[in-house]
Amino acid sequence: MKAIMKLALKSAWARRLTLAIVLFSIVLSTTVLLAVERVRTDARASFTQSVSGVDLVVGARTSPVQLMLYSVFHTGNATQNMGMDSFESLATHPEVAWAIPLSLGDSHRGFPVLGTSPVYFSHLRYGLQQPLVFAQGKPFGGTVDTVFEAVIGHRVAKEFGYAIGDRITLSHGMEALGPEHADKPFRVVGILAPTGTPVDRTVHVSLEAMTAIHLDWVGGAPLPGLKIPAEQVRKFDLRPRDITAMLIGLKSRPAVFKLQRHINSYRGEPLLAVMPGVALGELWQTLAMVENILLVISSLVVIVGLAGLTATLMAGLNERRRELAILRALGAGPRDVFLMLVAEGVTLTMLGLLLGYALLTVGIAVLATFAQSQFGVVLLQRFPTDNEWWLMSTILLTGLSVSLLPGWRAWRISLADGLTPRY
Amino acid sequence: MGSPGTPAIHLTQLRFHWPMQQRPCIDIPAFTVAQGERVFLHGPSGSGKSTLLGLLGGVATPQNGAIRLLGTDLTCLSSAGRNRFRADHIGFIFQQFNLLPWLSALDNVLLPGTFSARRRQRAEDIRAQAHRLFTHLDLSPDLWNRPASALSVGQQQRVAAARALIGRPEILIADEPTSALDAPRQQAFIDLLLAEACAVDAALLFVSHDVRLATRFDRTVALADINQPVKELS
Repeated sequence: MKAIMKLALKSAWARRLTLAIVLFSIVLSTTVLLAVERVRTDARASFTQSVSGVDLVVGARTSPVQLMLYSVFHTGNATQNMGMDSFESLATHPEVAWAIPLSLGDSHRGFPVLGTSPVYFSHLRYGLQQPLVFAQGKPFGGTVDTVFEAVIGHRVAKEFGYAIGDRITLSHGMEALGPEHADKPFRVVGILAPTGTPVDRTVHVSLEAMTAIHLDWVGGAPLPGLKIPAEQVRKFDLRPRDITAMLIGLKSRPAVFKLQRHINSYRGEPLLAVMPGVALGELWQTLAMVENILLVISSLVVIVGLAGLTATLMAGLNERRRELAILRALGAGPRDVFLMLVAEGVTLTMLGLLLGYALLTVGIAVLATFAQSQFGVVLLQRFPTDNEWWLMSTILLTGLSVSLLPGWRAWRISLADGLTPRY
Repeated sequence: MGSPGTPAIHLTQLRFHWPMQQRPCIDIPAFTVAQGERVFLHGPSGSGKSTLLGLLGGVATPQNGAIRLLGTDLTCLSSAGRNRFRADHIGFIFQQFNLLPWLSALDNVLLPGTFSARRRQRAEDIRAQAHRLFTHLDLSPDLWNRPASALSVGQQQRVAAARALIGRPEILIADEPTSALDAPRQQAFIDLLLAEACAVDAALLFVSHDVRLATRFDRTVALADINQPVKELS
């Protein structure tokens, strides 16, 4: 038997070109399937980790999913703002322990800029209730004198090699090449430690700074002829009139429904309050269908790849009738011939799996940065999850079962041919 | 295996018919080849030659009768046992395409040793025996490591002969081994085969439709004489 397996290996090597093409298709299809699964789980994980300890997310009335997307993940745009008076009224509500204002819309070289208050750094939690940690520096000040200070996320600092004291300018809107607020540069005063959440790719400034850089702007463009130099902004009232959204932490969680009802029926303006967990659940429900379709399609791709394996082994058998007859004359039985074909199919599938996994690993190494900066999805190099093990063993089992067919045919051929191939 | 008096091949009351066929295509009341005997079996194509070889090789099983090779009745062995027996005791040479094209000439000759421990042992130093056979069969050393597919048909048949002979099997079965060769080389090949069979003391059953090749054998038998159904038909 060992002798036959050695021969099978040499025989396969002689057909290496054809087999390499089959192997290639198995590798690609497994990579696609595993990548879909990996991105799916990692996307969920990074979205879920982005907020913890936040009881309510509040913004102008829109869909809960959309509110989550722009306020927590900084993707997409708010269609409407909420008034600062609403923020203040809610922040001082007796049930509310802390409130973080969020003001979005500007960007720095493609990274979103978030206007907020120093409370952000002390109260925001991510992952398993972990607080934000400063790798270097400190939060921006909350006073008029410290208006043009910025705290940058880990990714932003790494991407551009920023250090404490560097000067950066913001652009209006989310396009990397939008009109610039070049006349009012910011000084980097703090760099946050990596979190694996959207915080990493965010530039944080104070709410007052957001107002300041837009003093001489109207409707998304600089006012022609009007220039207010940076030194003079403190003469103006920099208190913002509206913000994009707010995050609320409660004194006691059971009050969450009561407060949510209160906000959703707020008299001042139409507001929406969502519980992050519930909104994310809704998001997964919308995405589940897409996920499942992707999984089904990539499973089909794997099946196509393995069908190619069967077809190739079957087609090759006609040319290998002589080989089989020679092996028979040397003492091989039909069962040996059957096992030889099955072993060839299983080995190819296994190789395809290994190389596919290797390709996935390389792909993640190459694309992780891109995925995080563009989609906020943190792709991790890690051991396969249970689901991935399950997928891989299913692929292997499928490889085994599709190899049974050529094996069975080889068995039939060697029984019918005996020592002399019939053509 | 097989005391000196035991025949190499001994068939009795052998009957075989293919499934779905009523009439047996093999019906041999008795046929014997002694150890070391070199027999020319003459049979036109379609006379049941391939079927008989399949029966002798143990890849087909008869409906009736006994196939005693070196005293062992193949019909009493399991399919795995028959495969084992074939690997241990029989060397085959076919008409053409005897070799695995992706192995070198030498590796092709060494194959029986990987399938049968017995033949590996009987060859003593199997590589040395392969070299010796190559030299006897007039294959120059520069051909030994070439892939079998790069050899001429004549060279391939000589490599096939070396493979059949290695490990000194007691029975050699050659099925039209010269039909792919041109006439002058046919007799030369047969002479080599006869000499080598003699040297390893193997019984040789040489099957061919071409009775002109039968000149130097111990005995010539027409398949039609031992196989009855063909006789009845004619």
